[in-house]
Amino acid sequence: MYYIDPHIHMVSRTTDDYQTLARMGCIAMSEPAFWAGFDRGSVDGFRDYFRQLTEVEPARAAQYGIQHFTWLCINAKEAENVELSREVMKMIPEFLDCANVLGIGEIGLNKNTRNESIVFQEHVELAIEHNQQVLIHTPHLADKYQGTRMILDMLGGYSGLDRSRVLVDHVEEHTVRDVIDAGYWAGMTLYPVTKCTPARAVDIIEQMGPDRLCVNSAGDWGPSKPTAVPDLIMEMRRRGHSEGMIHQVVFGNPYQFFSQSQHFSFEMPTPETRVFDNL
Amino acid sequence: MKASQILDREFLEVRAKILEIAASLDRMDRAEGDLTGHPNRQLLGRGIDLLASKDVDRAEQVQLLFSREYVDGWQDDFELKSRT
Repeated sequence: MYYIDPHIHMVSRTTDDYQTLARMGCIAMSEPAFWAGFDRGSVDGFRDYFRQLTEVEPARAAQYGIQHFTWLCINAKEAENVELSREVMKMIPEFLDCANVLGIGEIGLNKNTRNESIVFQEHVELAIEHNQQVLIHTPHLADKYQGTRMILDMLGGYSGLDRSRVLVDHVEEHTVRDVIDAGYWAGMTLYPVTKCTPARAVDIIEQMGPDRLCVNSAGDWGPSKPTAVPDLIMEMRRRGHSEGMIHQVVFGNPYQFFSQSQHFSFEMPTPETRVFDNL
Repeated sequence: MKASQILDREFLEVRAKILEIAASLDRMDRAEGDLTGHPNRQLLGRGIDLLASKDVDRAEQVQLLFSREYVDGWQDDFELKSRT
């Protein structure tokens, strides 16, 4: 089954991972800007990173028939430095016309601080000003519930924000309902220890229904599994869910959400263009 | 899937998880030092109690147990400007 991974950090993965993902049916992905494992010291560090996201990764992915899209921001962890964040946000419009940029993300909160909140709001305003979609990171572990509620509070203040163009990511059992009920898209991240397992994600799909729910691997430089979406496909099949419903979750939903971005020029593989013939 | 099918499928997996929790608690108790009153040990005990409840939202309740509290009016505490 073809699928889209709507949240995966390929700058942290090897080229072998691109090949494995392609063999497993991944034909498109989106890569939000995030923390590199260390705090970058200058706006030029981010400019180089954004070039990597808009030039290098799309070319690397294309070798395996995968279409690569991206989101730009300064992530919540580095947003604690408000001065640097404002320099980065001022620079982001330079990249918004790049062919694979879907919007602003993954913005959000990390430790739910005042500085993070200020930078989050300014990112949202940048997105509204430039008519961009938004992809939002919610905090980990004990901070998730509080941080998600704070994010929803802040988003609710923007009358000019189209909720159907916003995805709130890393939802779990205690946050998914608030996000969906408020009219946003929700993402579930299949990730060891700190987020959701494939089995729990399928539980949530069964309870919430598949509408406006996406699943992703987040595959990054930490302990993570870039092929987690196929694990979810397998779990849904084991439980007897229809191929149509599985397709909606792993392909139709991210396709529908991304289609609201002017740069989502996706093309289905054809017998002439597909790289692997095992699907 | 029927409940009995899920039980058959997941029995060994759940048994193994319960065993891991039991072994972890034994390990703490055998080790030097007293955890009575330690907030995280108390949280684990409350989490284990939740598993024995008959509610059908145990996973959500466990998540909330291990979550920081959300406080209404936090924007005032942060002195955030209201946005539109």
